[in-house]
Amino acid sequence: MQVSRHWRLKSERYKLVGETCDSCGVKLFPPRDVCLACEAPAKELYTFTGFGEIYSYTTIYDPPAGFEHNAPYTVALIKLEEGPLVTAQLTDMDDEEVRIGMPVEMVTRKLRSEGEEGMIVYGYKFRPAVPVQELSAA
Amino acid sequence: MSDVSIIGIGKTDVGEHWNTSVRHLSWYAIEAALDDAATTDVDALYVGNMLAGRLSQQDHLGALVADFAGLRGVEAVTVEAADASGGAAMRQAVLAVKSGLVRTAMVVGVEKVTDETGSAVIAELATGLDADYELIHGLTAAGAAALLMRRYMHDYGVQLDDFAAFSVNAHGNGADNPEAMFRNRLAAERFATAPVVAEPVSLFDMAPLADGAAAVIVTDAERAMDMAPKPVQVVASTLATDTIALHDRREVLWLAAAAQSAEKAMSMAGIAPHDVDVFELHDAYTILAALSLEACGFAPRGQGWHLARDGEIGRQGSIPISTFGGLKARGNPLGATGVYQIVEVAQQLRGEAGACQVPGAQIGMAQNLGMAGGTAVTHILRADFSGNLEFSGK
Amino acid sequence: MTENQKSEGLMRPHHEVGIVGYGAYVPRFRLPATEIDRMWKGGKGGAPIKEKSVPGLDEDVVTMSIEAARNAMARAQIDPREIRAVWVGSESHPYAVKPTSTVVAEAIGAVPHTQAADWEFACKAGTEAMQAAIGFVGSGMARYALSIGMDTAQGRPGDALEYTAAAGGAALLIGRGEEALAVIEGSYSFVTDTPDFWRRAHAEYPSHGDRFTGEPAYFKHVISASEALMGGVGRTAADYQWAVFHQPNVKFPSRAAKMLGFAPEQIAPGLLSNRIGNTYAGSAVIGLTAVLDIAQPRDRILVVSYGSGAGSDAFDLRVTDRILETRGLAPTTEDYIARRKVIDYATYTRYRDKLKMS
Repeated sequence: MQVSRHWRLKSERYKLVGETCDSCGVKLFPPRDVCLACEAPAKELYTFTGFGEIYSYTTIYDPPAGFEHNAPYTVALIKLEEGPLVTAQLTDMDDEEVRIGMPVEMVTRKLRSEGEEGMIVYGYKFRPAVPVQELSAA
Repeated sequence: MSDVSIIGIGKTDVGEHWNTSVRHLSWYAIEAALDDAATTDVDALYVGNMLAGRLSQQDHLGALVADFAGLRGVEAVTVEAADASGGAAMRQAVLAVKSGLVRTAMVVGVEKVTDETGSAVIAELATGLDADYELIHGLTAAGAAALLMRRYMHDYGVQLDDFAAFSVNAHGNGADNPEAMFRNRLAAERFATAPVVAEPVSLFDMAPLADGAAAVIVTDAERAMDMAPKPVQVVASTLATDTIALHDRREVLWLAAAAQSAEKAMSMAGIAPHDVDVFELHDAYTILAALSLEACGFAPRGQGWHLARDGEIGRQGSIPISTFGGLKARGNPLGATGVYQIVEVAQQLRGEAGACQVPGAQIGMAQNLGMAGGTAVTHILRADFSGNLEFSGK
Repeated sequence: MTENQKSEGLMRPHHEVGIVGYGAYVPRFRLPATEIDRMWKGGKGGAPIKEKSVPGLDEDVVTMSIEAARNAMARAQIDPREIRAVWVGSESHPYAVKPTSTVVAEAIGAVPHTQAADWEFACKAGTEAMQAAIGFVGSGMARYALSIGMDTAQGRPGDALEYTAAAGGAALLIGRGEEALAVIEGSYSFVTDTPDFWRRAHAEYPSHGDRFTGEPAYFKHVISASEALMGGVGRTAADYQWAVFHQPNVKFPSRAAKMLGFAPEQIAPGLLSNRIGNTYAGSAVIGLTAVLDIAQPRDRILVVSYGSGAGSDAFDLRVTDRILETRGLAPTTEDYIARRKVIDYATYTRYRDKLKMS
């Protein structure tokens, strides 16, 4: 049971907490402590807005063990509005809706479950924003 | 410091070896290489393997294989770099001989994937991805290739069918290779209806995982001249790395490690891309074939697939690739793949490629990638039968 | 019941307390009741509602609570570190032991200086958490307390409950009256030992007393709680613009409303069960969020939950001017209801883990 492996990443998984570079302002996700742009230390925590757009995507029909329950599912590269790409599943949408450049927002969902008795791993996925209806006063 | 030459090569069929374990597979390839070199005098063994610990519960392959191959006592160690393990093991052997600390080194790449089945194999292969940031999101090796392929198609206006020529070429060559897993020819028209694995990657875009082992014996070039009738010189050996995860790359559609290792290797060998007669590239997916051709300087960005479309990758073309079927048709025995590439290039340069022969091949390049290019190992070999280390020119 | 008895049970905090943020959540999948009828009654059995909401494969009470809580936080615009309690009421917590609430608290940034707990009382677990939050804030112990009612209810295949057992709920951030978009002017709780519906530990599906769930259970508790609260605060049905009752179907809340003197228009905006089903612990609170989405300042709202076993919590709310500036800050309840994808019974059985895999 790999409890600590997931537990230690909870801020990233639940809230998209990454890092920002003091020197040049570049935002990093996943956090890696060193700026990818200027190589200065980048340890200041930064919580991403969770908004971005689809850079690329694939629907997985042959899933790895542990992911059969959800297959087929779509994994995407999301370009966050702050710059970095992040790998995550898309949810709450049908395959035919997905397109490169589509705006998406972060939600927290079940990533996988360690069997019937193991822990449930929660984390970020992305989906199109809930469409806002015209308000009609009742 | 001495130059390094290949004095022995060996390989097993690639496929489903239900009756054969990881140690037996290794031994068969080693035995063939020892026979080919007509020697048993090996000082070190480098085992390229990716998944034996996971699929066969067998780690510690260095000692296991050394013992089983009658090399008990020799220096032996496993080299792991995902499906670039074989190339990386070859690199270690070259370094060892080049350093002078090891006189003759054996490289064996081995993979035994059929001890597990189905989604378990897919999951274990995906351990070559970034576990915390890719695998946990359900990404697979095929999925990573699909992310590249989708974006490539988008950026360069390429259609799904445009990738078919890579697989058609590979299967055409594989049909002539008795050791290939797939010896059937592929019709481009069938691509549209191929079962989808990770959209847009279909079964026809990806290499089959398979069991297999290949072995190479290297020694210093001068000694090689006395030992082998047709020593093949290793004129360049390089290894470069990139981020494992696609999302960490500065340019997603640029295989930086492949480019870096190829450029350095060509510079080391003193050649340019047009000097390469045979290129065994890492066509685990058709998109990787296209991107490898671009990274290694054979095509401008976004145009690697033109070489396939225009027939330039065939045995009569300007840059023959996958001449024994490549990963696609010969099969992809993961940690063994990089060593198969070396063996196949050596066969070409020795003029012993049979029906797969590229006429007059003098310089061959092999490039082995780990997953989507997190590791890239490039070797350049050349025929060296004259007793003269100076290259005679092409 | 004498005047003295009526006011006896009325609960009011020392300091004025209200809702400072609210958020709804409904998953996007809908199973038409006709599908269940087709499967189990040959299409001849009729349907108590139009359709019910079904959670996706990657959803549970944790993920749904997080989204509702984020919507509540978006409306409240407060520092999550000032929250002193995160309470989730549900009868479908993903773990039997391990709180839902800590995950929610972590996700919204309320950790670590906060209380967190899961509540359970069949379908009124959400309003229980709300009532406790009123006490937490009203006593001055907490500046804010977050109460959530959320469920992914299961009904035994073919059972009457399968038509309605649905998924959804809402989060209500409770704070001081002066910051509130709706002030809670009083609450009341009415509880007896009435075994109308239950689920034993480890049982997959709940059991119920069929028609016993009506008169002695739902109606007895809902009507008693409503009358006691209205009596306590000195109001009648005509004093409220809106009323929300726990809605296991359409019939029960409609009849309860009529018995209490409410007109159909008063319950219409908060009566969602025809379109999303019975969201159990989420039912009364998501009815409330639907009303808050359209209510005007100074409107009064009556909210009455019902939990089997059995009990009802009743609340008297007065909407403030703040509603106008806050409600546009997150998707409305109707936005979630409008986001729908209809599925068939086969897909439903897969999504709800009813397929035997081993």
